[in-house]
Amino acid sequence: MRELAYYEAKFEALDEIMAADQRVHLINGTFLSLSPHRHVFQNLAKKYGDRMMSPPISELGFCGLATGAAMAGLRPIVDLSTGSFIYEAWPQVANEAANAYSMSGGQTRVPVVFHLFHGLRGGGAAQHSGSPQAMLWNCPGLEIAIPSSPRDVKGLLKTAVASDNPTIFVDHVRLLDLRGEVPENDKPIPFGVADIKRAGSDVTLIATSHTVQVCLKAAEKLAKEGIEVEVVDPRTLVPFDLATILSSVEKTRRVVIADETHQSCGVAAEIAARIAETGFDKLKTRIRRVSTLDVPVPYSPPLEAHIGPSESRIIDAVRASVA
Amino acid sequence: MLPKLPRDNLLELCRRMFVIRHFEESLVPLHDKGVFGGHYHLYIGQEATGVPAISCLRSDDYLFTTHRNHGHLLARGAEPKRLLAEILGRADGLNKGKGGSFHSVAPTLGFLHSSGVVAGIIPLSTGTAYASKALKNGRLTVCLFGDGSLEEGAAPEAFNLASLNKLPVLFLCENNGKYGAGRAVAAGQSSSMAAYPLTDLPKAYKIPAQLIDGIDAGLVHATVSEAVEKIRRGEGPQFIEAQTVRWPGSETNWPSVPHPTDSSLAWDVSGVQEKAREWYRSCDPLLVFARELVEANQATKDDLASMERQVKTEIAAAVEFAVASPYPKPEEAERNFFA
Ligand SMILES: Cc1ncc(C[n+]2csc(CCOP(=O)(O)OP(=O)(O)O)c2C)c(N)n1
Ligand SMILES: [Mg+2]
Repeated sequence: MRELAYYEAKFEALDEIMAADQRVHLINGTFLSLSPHRHVFQNLAKKYGDRMMSPPISELGFCGLATGAAMAGLRPIVDLSTGSFIYEAWPQVANEAANAYSMSGGQTRVPVVFHLFHGLRGGGAAQHSGSPQAMLWNCPGLEIAIPSSPRDVKGLLKTAVASDNPTIFVDHVRLLDLRGEVPENDKPIPFGVADIKRAGSDVTLIATSHTVQVCLKAAEKLAKEGIEVEVVDPRTLVPFDLATILSSVEKTRRVVIADETHQSCGVAAEIAARIAETGFDKLKTRIRRVSTLDVPVPYSPPLEAHIGPSESRIIDAVRASVA
Repeated sequence: MLPKLPRDNLLELCRRMFVIRHFEESLVPLHDKGVFGGHYHLYIGQEATGVPAISCLRSDDYLFTTHRNHGHLLARGAEPKRLLAEILGRADGLNKGKGGSFHSVAPTLGFLHSSGVVAGIIPLSTGTAYASKALKNGRLTVCLFGDGSLEEGAAPEAFNLASLNKLPVLFLCENNGKYGAGRAVAAGQSSSMAAYPLTDLPKAYKIPAQLIDGIDAGLVHATVSEAVEKIRRGEGPQFIEAQTVRWPGSETNWPSVPHPTDSSLAWDVSGVQEKAREWYRSCDPLLVFARELVEANQATKDDLASMERQVKTEIAAAVEFAVASPYPKPEEAERNFFA
């Protein structure tokens, strides 16, 4: 099967989306962030320049512009680049876009996509390493997609743009060079369908975004110790596929959740709560979380490495779970 | 002065001002009796801004409004009974009870979203304008907001975006704090905005901006018509500040009616309590408009009295409808928040 780098799959998705639907506009745009592949984006600019806008450095303003444009019939994709910058746009994302459909009694649709790069990136320090998806998950009215592979980024981006709801598209720069299978003419990936990234019978290891890749490596090492880990990737937080997770838990009866949001009220916290509420009787041991420690992200490399959901922390948690 | 319009149009403007006034006055006892809770904001005193301004628009134009939206919706022709049902949180409300006073919308009239976040609509209005420009559909956006909105960072960001992209949007700032009776009671506008006059702010972004008297229906009509024409010609955004004097009934935290409106007050305010008398004598835009109609022989006092009677009957029926409308089923709270 055809293999692509993650950034190529993402670029291919954008290209196909823009070719297929004239309503799609790109507001702000790096999409490849600081990666060495930024030039790929120039090809898009050549083809669709009239549907691309380079706004001033006004996240609040241009997220509002995109939201309003979505209300009036366009399908804008807004690139916030660094995820932490969405905090500048909070009023428009959390208080306008998320609420408009409900508070209009279902009359006003807001088909906008907010794209952002979250997480630990190597030297991002406290203000460029944010993972705002947990806070946004606490904000009903937003869909949240969070890919972890080349195939998923393409399929989920298509569904995000096709959705009639405001969608947060959570991406990670550490995925950009990852290679993986992406079939030609692949179908969009529906929201709310988790993916078993690796089958296993001993522990259910739930992860999102780049941490899925870390978990897959950890799983290979654990397999050598005789521990078979099942890696489950929800792929979207809203809607959330609890059923797939519960059926995995039914089999393994052990759960570890690894994720880059901070521990308190983080993504792992919510997933743990849902499993505990509905699947407690299936569990043989307590649920374990491997989240980013509850501190502002420090700059220095060993400090940054220390706080994240690293392979060694994940391995320790899985071992403790089967002990 | 009166707008330069045929008599029928003038009378229709007058009727809509009466609708707004009596609608708004009817809310106060409903609130005080506990028929609805929650804060609410009345448009009394600003009728001669919203009504003539909105009459200058095409039926497919977009409008955004704020917490003080009732007057704008009614000026555009929203049904009083459905707006009232919304404010009472009923199933027949414009938004099926999910929005309330703060968020009443009417997409068929061009109101897609009303925000209770001060300045929340200003960036959004650049978005509908951006979409209209991209889709080349000639639709204009009017963004109606209060003077306080300029204190939020969203305003200058949106002005910059609108100006750089020559977006077809009219920023209509309703400054209801003339003579400093606004948010900071007895303080001047300059106590909360260093950019003063307020038109300095849009002008810094090269948006043509004018300051007008919002009590003068004719001036509002002429200024907005001209601005709308320029925007439709592709000249980019325009800004108008319309100044009105705050209605004494909204100087308190919760609105109270100092004196029920009757068109006869246009000629005799002696019955109004002294504290509010001057406002009704010289600052009430509805009474100013009524006087002008009669002085210009466009209507008699009797014409106005009978028009007002009809409006009062209509509002009474709207109250009856809204009060009788059922509440939504509680389970509806868990539904329909995604498309
Ligand atoms: C972001 C935000 N901050 C504060 C408030 C509380 N608030 C409601 S109305 C208002 C005053 C707004 O003044 P202005 O924009 O002039 O409108 P007016 O009420 O005078 O029509 C304030 C501060 C709010 N709704 N939103
Ligand atoms: Mg004000």
